[in-house]
Amino acid sequence: MTMATEGSLGAAVQTDQTAFDAVRRAKQKDIVFATGGLIVMAIAMTLLLTLIGDLVIRGAARIDYGFLTSYPSRLPERAGILSAWVGSLLVMLVTAFLAIPIGIGAGLYLEEYARKGWLSNFIEINVSNLAGVPSIIYGLLALGLFVYGFSLGKTILVAGMTLALLILPIVIVSTREAVRAIPRIIKEGAYGLGADQWQVMWSYIIPAARPGILTGAIVGLSRAIGETAPIITIGALTFIAFLPPAPVTPDFPLISFAWLNDGFTVLPIQMFNWVSRPQEGFHIAAAATGVVLIALTFTLNGIAIWIRYRLRKGYRN
Amino acid sequence: MTDTTMTLDQKTGQQAAAAPKEAEMPPAIRPATERDPLRARIEDFSFYYSNGFQAIKHVDMPILDRKITAIIGPSGCGKSTLLRSLNRMHDLYPGNRYEGKVILEPEGENLIGPDADPVLVRLRVGMVFQKPNPFPKSIYENVAAGLRVRGIKKRAVIDEAVESALRRAAIWDEVKDKLHGSAYDLSGGQQQRLCIARGLAPNPEILLLDEPTSALDPIATAKVEDLVQELSETVTIVIVTHNMQQASRISHRTAFMYLGEAIEFGETAQIFTNPRHPRTENYITGRYG
Ligand SMILES: Nc1ncnc2c1ncn2[C@@H]1O[C@H](COP(=O)(O)OP(=O)(O)O)[C@@H](O)[C@H]1O
Ligand SMILES: [Mg+2]
Repeated sequence: MTMATEGSLGAAVQTDQTAFDAVRRAKQKDIVFATGGLIVMAIAMTLLLTLIGDLVIRGAARIDYGFLTSYPSRLPERAGILSAWVGSLLVMLVTAFLAIPIGIGAGLYLEEYARKGWLSNFIEINVSNLAGVPSIIYGLLALGLFVYGFSLGKTILVAGMTLALLILPIVIVSTREAVRAIPRIIKEGAYGLGADQWQVMWSYIIPAARPGILTGAIVGLSRAIGETAPIITIGALTFIAFLPPAPVTPDFPLISFAWLNDGFTVLPIQMFNWVSRPQEGFHIAAAATGVVLIALTFTLNGIAIWIRYRLRKGYRN
Repeated sequence: MTDTTMTLDQKTGQQAAAAPKEAEMPPAIRPATERDPLRARIEDFSFYYSNGFQAIKHVDMPILDRKITAIIGPSGCGKSTLLRSLNRMHDLYPGNRYEGKVILEPEGENLIGPDADPVLVRLRVGMVFQKPNPFPKSIYENVAAGLRVRGIKKRAVIDEAVESALRRAAIWDEVKDKLHGSAYDLSGGQQQRLCIARGLAPNPEILLLDEPTSALDPIATAKVEDLVQELSETVTIVIVTHNMQQASRISHRTAFMYLGEAIEFGETAQIFTNPRHPRTENYITGRYG
């Protein structure tokens, strides 16, 4: 009897000891892994910060009012990015106008309406793959289809359409993921009240998925704003000393779409162009353009984070 | 199947004296029609999930008007499946299949018939889920949701319906000062009563509750039980529970399910004190489940 008790007590103590050892070993592994991760991350961040830092050091001082309001010039000191940033802005406008509604619509349709089957699986795989297609391929497609096929010319409209194609998969995939993340019981609750699919879509799914959808759209746009290859492929001009016609007119319709059919340049192309010049002054201008571009990208991503944060909060409260 | 018929026949054998034309009625519903009006009849009902699994096997069951019908049985026996069939929840997922009839009385409409629109069925048969699932909206908008779905837009009408539903769900006093605050700020028990109010607001003919208290603490559970009992004066209730004390405390009729079959159906007191089927007896005496 006593023996038995002692025996079981001993066993218990032993089990405890093994358990403690196991926990200690696991903790050691955690520490090794965390340290490794930290080192890798530090290297990556240092590289990134060095690149950005280099750009900022060389270019930041060059950014002033004149730089933002002047056209490019043969003289490096007089060159500015007015036509480039206006071009970027207008192209982004077209891109957003096309890619966001179409991408959201397609994502919602695929996720909520399309019958699940081999076809929707096939489309899903292909949409994900499209997100990884090199952007220059989109440029070639646009050159063949829009510029020559439809004879649309090398215009802002075509650039916007090309970039819209490019980011469409991003918008579609993020829309589907946002919709998929909505808890099933919320959807069932809405259907359980007698809502039809349209009502569930508008009153429950879209509001709940909004943060994810908007984030995807902005991430897509911030990718598009830095794209160079497809825009060069469709033949953007590299030297533009004029602005497209203003979208707002003093005369009756007050709105004009003539700018859509204008030639253009964009920030990354302006930068590319200056980098390839021999003069040091143009390299500085290129660095300054890079700083503006990075600032724009960061701003867009910042807005995405802010929207996600704000809407998530609203969703809870 | 044979078990079911046998048990139900035994029961009707005892109670048949007063029924004039008993032989023509399906045996399962006979005891009910004698005393109480019916709200619905489940007849030879089977259900198949999209993977081919038959979760419900030839169930017959009456649903009494403005009474509480409890469905008990071990987990996985098909209680939720049966309940969710009553408002066509399974139609949300492709490939599921119903067989048999769920007749809504007194119109005699078959809820699972080919020309019954699931959306219209859900307008008449409301549902409360196992886990409280308020919408990420204000308390007011949660309760108003069912009315908005029905196209009701008048502010005064909605205001009134919201208040009355919250009162019926016995939660008005707790939320009347924060109607426009988030539903997520309520406790679990309050959220569940809010979900009941949400289900009640559009005045459904039948309210289905699937283990509504399984995620709640004992005090919240007691409140929901009281509420369900009060509600049964005005609305027909079908409640699934794995808690036998709960079924015996609050329900008028109890059905015992086992492996997709309705083994026994009868007055709650009889099921719990004098079960006729050995499986029912095993279950309520805790020998399995
Ligand atoms: N979506 C589904 N597809 C296939 N089988 C299912 C599905 N949902 C539930 N089942 C099966 O149906 C049976 C009944 O499930 P359920 O009605 O949830 O049981 P209960 O509510 O009584 O615990 C179980 O055997 C379960 O595994
Ligand atoms: Mg269940």
